[in-house]
Amino acid sequence: MLMAKDRKIPAPTPGIESQPFFDAAKESRFLIRKCRACGRAHWYPRAICPFCASADTAWVEASGKGTIYAYSVMRRVPEPFALAYVTLAEGPTMLTNIVDCDLDALRIGQAVEIVFKPAENGLPVPMFKPV
Amino acid sequence: MSIKGKAYIAGVFEHPTRKAPDKSIAQLHAEVADGALADAGLSRADVDGYFCAADAPGFGASSMVDYLNLKVRHVDSTELGGCSYIAHVAHAAQAIAAGKCNVALVTLAGRPRSEGHSGTMARPRDPNQPDQPWEHPYGVATVNGYGMCAMRHMYQYGTTSEQLAWVKVAASHHAQHNPNAMLRDVVTVEDVLNSPIISDPLHRLDCCVVSDGGGAVVVVRPEIAKSLERPRVKIIGAGEAIKHQNGGDIDLTYSAAVWSGPAAFAEAGVKPADIKYASIYDSFTITVIIQLEDLGFCEKGKGGRFVADGNLISGVGKLPFNTDGGGLCNNHPSNRGGMTKVIEAVRQLRGEAHPAVQVKNCDLALAHGTGLQLATRHGAATLILERE
Repeated sequence: MLMAKDRKIPAPTPGIESQPFFDAAKESRFLIRKCRACGRAHWYPRAICPFCASADTAWVEASGKGTIYAYSVMRRVPEPFALAYVTLAEGPTMLTNIVDCDLDALRIGQAVEIVFKPAENGLPVPMFKPV
Repeated sequence: MSIKGKAYIAGVFEHPTRKAPDKSIAQLHAEVADGALADAGLSRADVDGYFCAADAPGFGASSMVDYLNLKVRHVDSTELGGCSYIAHVAHAAQAIAAGKCNVALVTLAGRPRSEGHSGTMARPRDPNQPDQPWEHPYGVATVNGYGMCAMRHMYQYGTTSEQLAWVKVAASHHAQHNPNAMLRDVVTVEDVLNSPIISDPLHRLDCCVVSDGGGAVVVVRPEIAKSLERPRVKIIGAGEAIKHQNGGDIDLTYSAAVWSGPAAFAEAGVKPADIKYASIYDSFTITVIIQLEDLGFCEKGKGGRFVADGNLISGVGKLPFNTDGGGLCNNHPSNRGGMTKVIEAVRQLRGEAHPAVQVKNCDLALAHGTGLQLATRHGAATLILERE
């Protein structure tokens, strides 16, 4: 058993395309970007749809539910942590960390849900914990 | 226009150092440049094309051409991470075929060991890098990204840690004959499994070394190759590709080799079964397994079984690989393994590999690499070479 501890989370640097995400995250809302032209959600969020190149994209609130697609527990560091890809219920798979869990008990396919963790600059970073 | 037969590798050089605290990066570039030119029987005055990647300090080719005091009429700084130099050899062949240069010099050098870099550290990111807010917070280093690929490959195809370990075992069998190799002890599957886990499921011995050093390649026009007193190594096929996160449609079980490999084989007009020796980028053991599948040496998902039981050991298995000991045991200069992959393939085709690992009648070789991060975005480059 290896319980994940809160670690220092390197700061994201929001830019023109990502600032609204972090503004919503401060209110605990998890946004993803969806294209109104082709109907597909994508990750990471972009102003122009990576699938159909339409500029008609919008932020939509996501469920925050997903499953672990892959993970790797980094062990040879002072605070072991789990890097992961989580497939969201809305479709896209995103890079993240799995937190608030026994790192030795993780498995691919496991159901997880969103939890925001503060980065070094205080911004909320979307991570996931087992349901 | 095909590059098949349009250019030859006339010179190669691998810096013998593995730790260079007293040399500058530019100086290491100069030493490998001169080494490869001497190997070819050429000099700096003959060079009219120069190729480098992001390891070159300063403003890439401009800084290095100044430092080396070259006069060139063609430059290329394509950056595909560690496999850049494999792509550079192909780009040099394209430039030669187009009449843009006659003698192309490709250099790589770096000092990550002296500078204290490690694969467990997250690499710095430019705030304008579009992925910065979505990746930097998560501690994606090198080893844990490749670890995720291994975890998924195991989950989907039943690949085992024992099978991964066989890649390292084969590399160690080759490295014992290389006096410059960082790790020369032959290891067993048990040794790999007993080494500490760095990031699941990769053990310390599943990871490549961190070394200072570098290497260089000289690519020339056919007429020049024929005038030189060296065995001729002809470039007959190449491919390159980039795989990424595809808008969030992720599949970690394959690499960009699924595109670069078939392109190179088609251009060369040969099949994987024809290849006598393969240099395969071995940043980690899993990298080799995934790339071998993608290049068509075995079916997707069966790479673990393919590498087991010594199948990659020269003189033992069906596909001798990385007979210098590879990145896993010999050398990984500047955390970039593509250059040494080209160099050992050339040694094999010339019959200049160590006699204990030299492949008999080695007339067709492949060098393939993956650069940057297999789990997020990476480049791939494949090169097929023939002894004439």
